[in-house]
Amino acid sequence: MPAISLTHYVVLSALLFSIGLFGVLTKRNAVAVLICIELMLNAVNINLVAFSKYITPADFVGQIFSIFVITVAAAEVGVGLAIIIAIYRNRLSVNLDDFDWLKW
Amino acid sequence: MLVEFAMQHAWLVPLLPACAFVVIVFLARPWQLLSAIVAVGSMATACFFATLAAIGIFTNHEYVEKPLVYATRWFSLGLPGMPDLRIDVGVQLDPVSAMMLFMVSFIATFIFLYSIGYMKGDPGYSVFFSYLSLFGASMLLLVLSSNLLQMFVAWELVGLCSYLLIGFYTHKISAREAAKKAFVTCRIADFGLLLGLLSLQIVFGTLNLTELAGKIEHFEEFTSFGMLTLIAVLVFIGPIGKSGQFPLHVWLPDAMEGPTPVSALIHAATMVVAGVYLVGRTMFLFHEVPSAMQLVAVTGGFTALFAATIAITQREIKRILAYSTVSQLGYMMLALGVGSLSASMFHLWTHAFFKALMFLGAGSVLTALHHKADVWEMGGLVKKMPITAWTFVIGGLAIAGIPPFAGFWSKDEILVSALNSGHYVLFAMAAFTAFLTAFYMWRMIFLAFFGAENPANHPQESPWTMTVPLLVLSVGACLAGLLGTPWHNVWGEWIRFGEAHEGPVNYGAMLLSIVLAGAGIFLAYTLYLKDAKKKRARKMAEWFGPVYRMLYNKYYIDELYLWFNHALVDGTAKLFYLFDIYVVDGIVNGIGAFARLSGDGLRVFQSGRLQNYVLVFFLGVLAVAVLMAFSGSTTAAGLVLGGVK
Amino acid sequence: MDFPILLAILLAPVAAALILAFVPREEHMLIRCIAAVGTFVSLALSLFAYFTYNQEIGGLQFVFGNNMPWIKDLGVTFFLAADGISLPMLLLTNLIGFSAVFASWNVNNRPREFFILLMLLITGVMGTFIAHDLFIFLLFYEVVVIPIYIMVVIWGSSKRVTKEYAGMKLTIYLLIGSAFLLVGVIALFVKTTAITGTPDMSFTGLAAAAQQLSPFDQTWLFALMLLGFGSLISMWPFHSWSPDGYAGAPTAVSMIHAGVLKKIGGYGLVKIALYMLPLGAKFWAPYMAVFGVIGVAYAAMGALAQKDLKYVVGYSSVSHMGYVILAVACMDVIGLNGAVANMFAHGVMAALFFSMIGFIYEKTHTRWIPDMGGLARQTPRLAVGFMLAAMASLGLPGLVSFIPEFTIFISAFNNYGGLAVVGIAGIIITALYVLRAGANTLFGPPRPEYDHLQDIKGPELVPLVVLGTVLVVGGFLPSLLFDMINSGVMPLHAAINDALQLGGNF
Repeated sequence: MPAISLTHYVVLSALLFSIGLFGVLTKRNAVAVLICIELMLNAVNINLVAFSKYITPADFVGQIFSIFVITVAAAEVGVGLAIIIAIYRNRLSVNLDDFDWLKW
Repeated sequence: MLVEFAMQHAWLVPLLPACAFVVIVFLARPWQLLSAIVAVGSMATACFFATLAAIGIFTNHEYVEKPLVYATRWFSLGLPGMPDLRIDVGVQLDPVSAMMLFMVSFIATFIFLYSIGYMKGDPGYSVFFSYLSLFGASMLLLVLSSNLLQMFVAWELVGLCSYLLIGFYTHKISAREAAKKAFVTCRIADFGLLLGLLSLQIVFGTLNLTELAGKIEHFEEFTSFGMLTLIAVLVFIGPIGKSGQFPLHVWLPDAMEGPTPVSALIHAATMVVAGVYLVGRTMFLFHEVPSAMQLVAVTGGFTALFAATIAITQREIKRILAYSTVSQLGYMMLALGVGSLSASMFHLWTHAFFKALMFLGAGSVLTALHHKADVWEMGGLVKKMPITAWTFVIGGLAIAGIPPFAGFWSKDEILVSALNSGHYVLFAMAAFTAFLTAFYMWRMIFLAFFGAENPANHPQESPWTMTVPLLVLSVGACLAGLLGTPWHNVWGEWIRFGEAHEGPVNYGAMLLSIVLAGAGIFLAYTLYLKDAKKKRARKMAEWFGPVYRMLYNKYYIDELYLWFNHALVDGTAKLFYLFDIYVVDGIVNGIGAFARLSGDGLRVFQSGRLQNYVLVFFLGVLAVAVLMAFSGSTTAAGLVLGGVK
Repeated sequence: MDFPILLAILLAPVAAALILAFVPREEHMLIRCIAAVGTFVSLALSLFAYFTYNQEIGGLQFVFGNNMPWIKDLGVTFFLAADGISLPMLLLTNLIGFSAVFASWNVNNRPREFFILLMLLITGVMGTFIAHDLFIFLLFYEVVVIPIYIMVVIWGSSKRVTKEYAGMKLTIYLLIGSAFLLVGVIALFVKTTAITGTPDMSFTGLAAAAQQLSPFDQTWLFALMLLGFGSLISMWPFHSWSPDGYAGAPTAVSMIHAGVLKKIGGYGLVKIALYMLPLGAKFWAPYMAVFGVIGVAYAAMGALAQKDLKYVVGYSSVSHMGYVILAVACMDVIGLNGAVANMFAHGVMAALFFSMIGFIYEKTHTRWIPDMGGLARQTPRLAVGFMLAAMASLGLPGLVSFIPEFTIFISAFNNYGGLAVVGIAGIIITALYVLRAGANTLFGPPRPEYDHLQDIKGPELVPLVVLGTVLVVGGFLPSLLFDMINSGVMPLHAAINDALQLGGNF
């Protein structure tokens, strides 16, 4: 069994990112979109940690960075869910197709 | 002692009525009588000082050649030592200004007094006196000015007062229009005058009268003869407007919309002669330019005749007087043009008395008849209003030129000076005008005061405040001319430009003018009094049909100007405005529309759907990534980062 | 350090605005009084500054903050100073600001917000006149634009054009103008910094450095500034915001806008563009003169065709500004004096005019001249104010605007001859439209529907008294104004002259 190389991580991360992106682009449910965004963020985290581990193992820049990302992601989920709930209360819908008021 | 004080403080003379204006406006306005007293009192005091100053001047012969001037800086621009522009204000007292100072304040005092009675019961009583005071102040300032710009300031201020007073009955549309017409007409003239003043300032670097006189004597050092001619003509445009000379005379007859004392004071005795006075003041300029003098003379002579022909056919008493004023102003200009400052000022002086007298008489008549102005509806007023009628007759004799009344001497002086300077055509015109003057004046007198009474009228003699000024002025109309009889011309010794006029008495001219005046009066007597029943005048008007109508309609000049104003000026204005809205603003709005339309085009891309945006965003990133991968980093970096490495 | 009088003048309205923010919105009377006190303090202090300024010494006085770095890297300092050109403008701003408060005495729609914005507006305008740093100048100028937009859109009135359109046009026009200006300023800054090496945004520093620019650079820089300042002073053909904007704006904004804001353009032309770029000015002067004269005649004709009072005055102010541009184009002592003085005179006159029109509109609910007539009987004091402004507008001697116009005429006639004659002929048309508007509004038979109208009284009289006094006093004692302006113009003219002499030697 070959050792798990950097490539594996990168491929995994790319797959995860693509799944997330696909979800963001296609899902109609706002909560699902939010979940997909989390997927993408985590794909990035994997990348960061993997590169840190293989390229600059001496310092923990990637790990620290990913912790920042996780924190931000948590905050983002909090805000995002709050917005979605607020919208739902107003419109009784979480379907993104109904949300096109961002245009003038 | 007091005389010395008055001469050194002549600026008090205009200041007093100016103070009266302020006091009336801010304090005395609610109390009518108080306002009147303030106005009359200040003017009488001013007259007192003016008389003293005049005595001071006329007892000292040196002022004839060397005027008494004191001035101070009004403002200056540039370095204090060597200013680029410096305008002084000050007082210039010499026989001419002293005479005017006395005449204006004297006549103004009596007209103010007259107004107390005439304006009784008017809601704007106090306001009227405040305007009169302001006018008095401005006019006296004009007379005393030592600087042409200062004179121009006063010149415009009297114009303002004239505007306010013509339009005094603000509720009347005719008054409103007349006031506007007066102001705008004078403005057109002032435009010329202003250009003249600007040129004088630019060429000679000063507007002080005495300095200008000195510099213009050798103008060759400053400018060419052509330029000087141009300047003189420009300056003369101002007097054409102010003194109602052809072709800018149109405002003066309309100005009779104002209260009668205003017509008497402003539009007969004082303000309208400001133009004559200005030309007299700048005689040193005109003297150098014979062609400009010719222009002045011809304008004057033509205006005199022209206005007299119109006056023959008019029906309203004040309108006849107004045209006669225009005509008499023409005489004064003519005299200036033929080079006799003395004769011009002499006529100005006598005219002030008899014309003010006649206007006040007309006012008295109008009050008695409740402002019925048509002379044909009057008649026989002499029985009910003897003082008014007989003083009016004195005025009529004076203006017609019957010796020994004032007008005879001054008109004779003008005729003689025209003859002596070789202007024979102008002399003939002036002589014929004298005949016409006698005719139309006495036509009016016979129609209004003599003949059969009109039963519809119930006239009454006016109160003493109105008759006293009439009496005083009629004394003036009798005697004012005796100062300048050809046998002993005191006037000419004092008031003159250059050498005093000496020459043999011209009995021929004198006789001619008496005969012409007599003929005019006799013709009027035959047509309008003796044979009034035969209606010969009516028949004559019918014979001369078109001519009569043309004269009656004042040669249609008003209509021409009205057409010009409406069709050309307003039309052009409309054109400019449309251009502004549709072209200039069109471009501005077009730029706005361009921005809006391009926005409209681009907004298609703004669907409002988040997922679309994300897709585009992702594709963009993808594109950059592909570029990065396949074309080396530099091009992509160039595209994305704008070339910063 | 002396008492920072300029800073105090600048901050008094700001303080009033701050206090206003904490006043309950229903307390209308209190709100007005606070605004009045704020502007009065400024007015009193600026009068004090005006009369204590030492004209013998001249130059910059009441200097504040010249060594107080604001943005060090750009060489910006919070430099306030006054000279003989800025003091009349400062005084004018305060005269009009104080009057504007009273002209808006009857604003009952959100007065608190209105007066706060008015205070900010006044502060901004004052700031431009006393700033001696180009950056600060621009900063204050931009401060001005925002309150104006809000005030026009909320408190304005819609006639020929809607107030939204008017406000938008006004704002965008001025912003485009200031964009050109900004480009010019940045380019000037970059170029001069490249020459001297040390960044300096103060007028004096920039001017000194700018003299080393090539004539070509000066020429195009001046063109940019001319575009910017020209659209601000409503130079033909960049004038079309002016009539619409004034017509849409509430009285106080019209007063301040026509009275002083426009003058920022003229002030900038003289004190920035001309002072820093004399060679460029020399090149553009004939064109400016032509534009000025066209503006005079064209706008006067435009005014003649108007039936709305505010449009008449709007066009008339474009016409009067034409004289200022013509005077600046003369570039001599008389012309520059006349330009500055005419800005002062026109400011007082236009503010009085707009305040009177504002009252007429407030009372009759119309500005349409054919709908009026005979108001002189019903509202005599209003009529006095109106006629006073009208007479000043047509340049009646004895009122403040005559002497400035006269000096401009002298200079223009001397420099441009026949072209100037066309401009001077504008006085005839001016008389025509002003008198026509006045006559048809005030005179003639009174209309019964206006019989119940109340004449202006109490606080409403303040604009008439304050501005009317200035009109008359300035008319009879022109030296009060001209000595001050002259003390500012002389050094400026000397500097320009030196530069031109030098430029000729190149």
